[in-house]
Amino acid sequence: MYDPKETRPAQVSRDRLDVRGLLCPLPVIRTQDRVATLATGALLDILATDPGVLQDIPAWCRVHGHALIATERDGACIRITIEVCET
Amino acid sequence: MKKAIALISGGLDSMLAAKVVQEQGVHVEGLNFYTGFCVEGHTHAIREKRRAKPRRNNALWVAEQLGIKLHIIDVSAEYKDIVINPRYGYGQNLNPCLDCKIFMVNKALTWGLGDRGFDFVLTGEVIGQRPKSQRKQTMPLIARESGADDLLLRPLCAKNLAPTRPEREGWVDRDALYGFHGRNRKPQMALAESFGFSDYAQPAGGCCFLTDAQYASKLQDLWDARGARDYELDDVMLLKVGRHIRPASHYKLIVGREEGENQYLEGYRKRFLHLRTTAFPGPLALIDGAPGRRDVTLAARILARYSRGRTAPRVDVSAHHVNGVVEMLNVEPLPPTELPASWHV
Repeated sequence: MYDPKETRPAQVSRDRLDVRGLLCPLPVIRTQDRVATLATGALLDILATDPGVLQDIPAWCRVHGHALIATERDGACIRITIEVCET
Repeated sequence: MKKAIALISGGLDSMLAAKVVQEQGVHVEGLNFYTGFCVEGHTHAIREKRRAKPRRNNALWVAEQLGIKLHIIDVSAEYKDIVINPRYGYGQNLNPCLDCKIFMVNKALTWGLGDRGFDFVLTGEVIGQRPKSQRKQTMPLIARESGADDLLLRPLCAKNLAPTRPEREGWVDRDALYGFHGRNRKPQMALAESFGFSDYAQPAGGCCFLTDAQYASKLQDLWDARGARDYELDDVMLLKVGRHIRPASHYKLIVGREEGENQYLEGYRKRFLHLRTTAFPGPLALIDGAPGRRDVTLAARILARYSRGRTAPRVDVSAHHVNGVVEMLNVEPLPPTELPASWHV
């Protein structure tokens, strides 16, 4: 099975997207728009507060062929890391 | 291979329409528009009591089932003009369904045709399905006014309409399209079953808050109170939340109904004069407008009525002004008999 972590180059760009306070689908739209500006292999950390992102961003990644790297929750804050893949 | 852009609402009809065309070997991608009035997502996020239900974006879910890409476009700013000045008027409430459909088909057309290389647009419209926008007479009007003309294909009712260019040129086989009409859902359900779709969102116009009488009433109240048919995105978001109580034309209270709504309103508290009960558990209330001192006292009494201190003789309420000043009030909770039904927007 493809593991994006194994094939990731040593130097990758890492961006942060803060969508705290926004309700779905806005975090998905902001993610989509940011990813469109990133190169293949780039990582994007998404900070959100709407628990809907736990469903919607992974679904969006599956639909577009990007990789979900990690999901963490710290109180009300959710951090989702995705890797931009060739689609 | 020909490419089609499908308007995907997350409901059954658009899912089937995309699938029918996909089955003919056409490359399909989905487009979903965020207008600010979408029921999808927000309500689920705001309302605590619905959190037990699985939360999913139905448009994304449909895209996954179909194995297509879905592009979600924020049109909330442009959509304002559709809501405020609908050329073809409103439906039963403040739903500008016909203008909305024209707008969305046009957006799909301009988004997909050109550099992105799509050949035509498809929708899940069915003649007779919706009283305002999906009628025999409105189908050609939508095609014409959107600029799509005969590049707009409605696979579920195509046989009831003149052949479009995708049919005439053989990009799709008209014989393999459908002639559904009316409000009967059985043909769609049978088609869904034939495709193996057993789980799909229940349709029937529930995707837009503007079709909801209570929501439309709150929007109309907002326009009346401000003396202008205008709104910001935050206004329309707040109309989805809480009890809206307007004791006078120059101000209203927005009172959280449960924990999820209170949390949502917390995000707005710094931009509004807001009230909290201090000794008893109670909701958060935002005050929208320009209340005077007596108004704030009345608002505090209304808030106390919705707190656990509603039967106490006096309740302490803190009033947090936008300039940072906090004022302490000690008020008698407003008896229900003194809260006229007409104040509830």
